[in-house]
Amino acid sequence: MTSAIDITQSVKPPRAVFVNFPLGHQTGPPDQPDLQRRIVSDAMRAFDAITAPGTIVELPYVWDANDRSWEDVDYTKGWMPARPSRDVADRLEAERQAKFRRR
Amino acid sequence: MPVAYIPRTRDLYSDFIPYRWVENDFAPFTPLTKPVAECRIAMLSSGGIMYRDQPRFHHEDASYRRIPIDAMPDELSVWHFGYPTRDAERDVNCVFPLARMRELAAAGVIGALVDPAFSFMGGIYSARKVRDELAPQIVDELKRAHADAFFLVPA
Repeated sequence: MTSAIDITQSVKPPRAVFVNFPLGHQTGPPDQPDLQRRIVSDAMRAFDAITAPGTIVELPYVWDANDRSWEDVDYTKGWMPARPSRDVADRLEAERQAKFRRR
Repeated sequence: MPVAYIPRTRDLYSDFIPYRWVENDFAPFTPLTKPVAECRIAMLSSGGIMYRDQPRFHHEDASYRRIPIDAMPDELSVWHFGYPTRDAERDVNCVFPLARMRELAAAGVIGALVDPAFSFMGGIYSARKVRDELAPQIVDELKRAHADAFFLVPA
């Protein structure tokens, strides 16, 4: 799959399905299983439908019909939220390890 | 209008020498020999997914993780520096649609979902490293699992 059609056109995978969503949401928004299922189902159908090498099928899903401003912001300076500090990240990682070692 | 990510990457990393994107001359292609409803499909995500206490990824990391396909959402974690992971941390199916693929396998849309699924952390600067180190290992896994095709979800 892809949300970055220019990169995919350059790389030329055998087959691709393009969804115009912000990065980090390739197969749908969070907590919307019906839309996610439609997207993934369409991708599976593309295995049967695509016969020409390098075909990129564009799916019709729109992220937000009322607000396309994400397209101006995605992958630009300041777009990534601040990352947790090293200390916080290491603490969270230690908690994750401990949680699963207990189980 | 789809976003043009190649110029955006150049601007975002304008302090560095311009990234040399892979430019291939043609798309390799092996036709499927049977309908997808009869195929064993493997899922692969570059979104940096880990299962239970599998180690976190790090920068320039060409390792991958095997994710059992019966993993529950609270057994999956996300680590990636290249995309906002908040929504994936809330619902991993945004970038690793494991629950959706299980449903489609149960419904017969695909023949079977290969176990395990795979994930790596796609923020790898060196395309050579991906091509020569990561990809061959994934190919070996897919052959061992008798996958007919794989479904790669980028993040």
